[in-house]
Amino acid sequence: MAAVDTLATARPRANRTISWLVLAIAIALIVATPFLPNYHVRVLNSLLIYILLGIGLNIVIGYTGLLDLGFVAFYAVGAYSYGLLASPQLGLHMPFLVILLVAACLGAVTGILLGIPVLRLRGDYLAIVTLGFGEIIRIIINNLDWLTGGPQGIARLDKASILGIQIARPIDFFWLLLITVLLVGTVVWRLERSILGKAWAAIREDQDAARGIGINTTNAKLAAFATSATIGSIAGAIFAASQRFVSPESFTLQESVLIVLMIVVGGIGNIFGIVAGAAILILLPELLREFAEWRILFLGLLMISLIIVRPAGIVPRSFGPEKLIRGLFGK
Amino acid sequence: MLGNLIQQTVNALTIGSIYALIALGYTMVYGVLRMINFAHGEMFMLGAYVAFLALSLLVGDVGMSGALALTAAFLVAIFLVGLIGVGIERVAYKPLRSSTRLAPMLSSLGVSLSLVTGVQILAGPQPVAFPSFFPVVRYQVMGGTITLMQIGILIAAFVLMFGLHVLVNRSRIGVIVRAVSESRPTAQLLGINVNGAISMVFFVGPLLGAAGGILYSSYYGIMSPSMGAVIGLKAFTAAILGGIGSIPGAMLGAFILAFIEVWGTALLPIVTNGVLGTEYRDVLAFAILILVLLVRPAGILGEAVSEESIVYKREF
Repeated sequence: MAAVDTLATARPRANRTISWLVLAIAIALIVATPFLPNYHVRVLNSLLIYILLGIGLNIVIGYTGLLDLGFVAFYAVGAYSYGLLASPQLGLHMPFLVILLVAACLGAVTGILLGIPVLRLRGDYLAIVTLGFGEIIRIIINNLDWLTGGPQGIARLDKASILGIQIARPIDFFWLLLITVLLVGTVVWRLERSILGKAWAAIREDQDAARGIGINTTNAKLAAFATSATIGSIAGAIFAASQRFVSPESFTLQESVLIVLMIVVGGIGNIFGIVAGAAILILLPELLREFAEWRILFLGLLMISLIIVRPAGIVPRSFGPEKLIRGLFGK
Repeated sequence: MLGNLIQQTVNALTIGSIYALIALGYTMVYGVLRMINFAHGEMFMLGAYVAFLALSLLVGDVGMSGALALTAAFLVAIFLVGLIGVGIERVAYKPLRSSTRLAPMLSSLGVSLSLVTGVQILAGPQPVAFPSFFPVVRYQVMGGTITLMQIGILIAAFVLMFGLHVLVNRSRIGVIVRAVSESRPTAQLLGINVNGAISMVFFVGPLLGAAGGILYSSYYGIMSPSMGAVIGLKAFTAAILGGIGSIPGAMLGAFILAFIEVWGTALLPIVTNGVLGTEYRDVLAFAILILVLLVRPAGILGEAVSEESIVYKREF
């Protein structure tokens, strides 16, 4: 160990400092949250939901290199799963965990159904088709009054509970979301390091070459779409449960663009980048609330300048979970 | 019945000519840069707002009146939006020319967001009444009502499109733009000013889009900062339908889309027995978009699938 330490140059040491700093901030924030006023907890909850969405979309955009502009459709699928299965709308009151499972499955199915036809398309066409798909889902929800309540949405959703523990207060959702984000984040991170993740990276870098070395690109892309949709759908179900209200207004094109923006700002393809991007895009507007519209203008300009000046995003691609763990625990 | 037929046809032609003006911008930009310009719908919106501003200045401060002020405002607005288009290309897309294909598209999303909120801040987010550029005159043709405005829009759109046709096919600038569109590296090797050609495209595209925006706002009597999004997407659909990169294709696609929309919206409730109503109009447009991309991605008049635009085939 000592030999390794003496061999270590300034860089690993800097990495160690940064790693501990990141961990300390995260722990401080988590420990402090129960003492924060409800409003602040709600803001943190929305941050966590966006992180979850970002992790999901990043699989398609960051890992596989496909621009999906209709991600919000899967988010809507999850939210309306909860809205329909746990409200007076259809008179169904299923338990939260069951709905979470249903939402995850529905999300995966929707992802595959959308994926089968569109994944043959090139990058830019794919962007436009997914965008159209997202809009179609929103318009259908908006007009299917008898099922979805139309523009009014569905109100008075059931309070969620897991194994008898009621989840109603913002702080309850904070813990639920935190656990979900950590779980999903870990799974996705491991997935990225798996054979499948390497196939995704190969497709992103050069699709023809990927096919050339025997990767079934269609299946790998479908897997990316399905995984991403599942996560989006889970985020939607939790979102609906925490709002106890769903309406089509939450699932506009702007929402999809915001999630893409988050990934681009933070650092494409990096889970920590998503956290940073979400923090900037969700917390900054909250802090700048008095400047109302200026903040969106600022975000737009930020997006343009970042793509030009720092296309890789704020967090370097190399600073991923491995680097953090290595920084914390040695070598 | 015949009256209704004539009226719906004229409606479709009017909307189609506006779609065509916008679709041309998409197709030209795609032609030279192989890039989808998500901010193009905002040129359409800017056209209406700049024309409104110009009109109020010309009438209020300069004291111009009537048709002269309207014509001047129209020309000033489309010219200004053309210049804005060139400026945006320089700032937001040009530095990304050697970057990935995704980068300029993401940048154009940022431009679109900035322009919409910028106009919202300056002019307010709520829709504003837009003056009619044509006197209200109605003609009865075999039971159908046609307005002077519709005729005016058709004439204005056709004059602009004819102008573009002449520019592209009969002028030196057109030769240069077509050369760059055909193959940028080859054009560069032949000493063609590629940057000039791209700037030209980013001048003409937004100019036509702005004209579309003014005519559209005048037709419906209203404008709003967010009006560019859906129309932009429809015009893009039209461009794909006709074959992106092809100028006659964009026009053809626009009219086909408009006819499908107008007739589809009229027929949808009848065919589905009231299950699907007119509110599914936009779904129809997007469904067509997806269908075309899946069945014939090259579009109706699209060039034969080249190496670069090849659509990935299934596994063998």
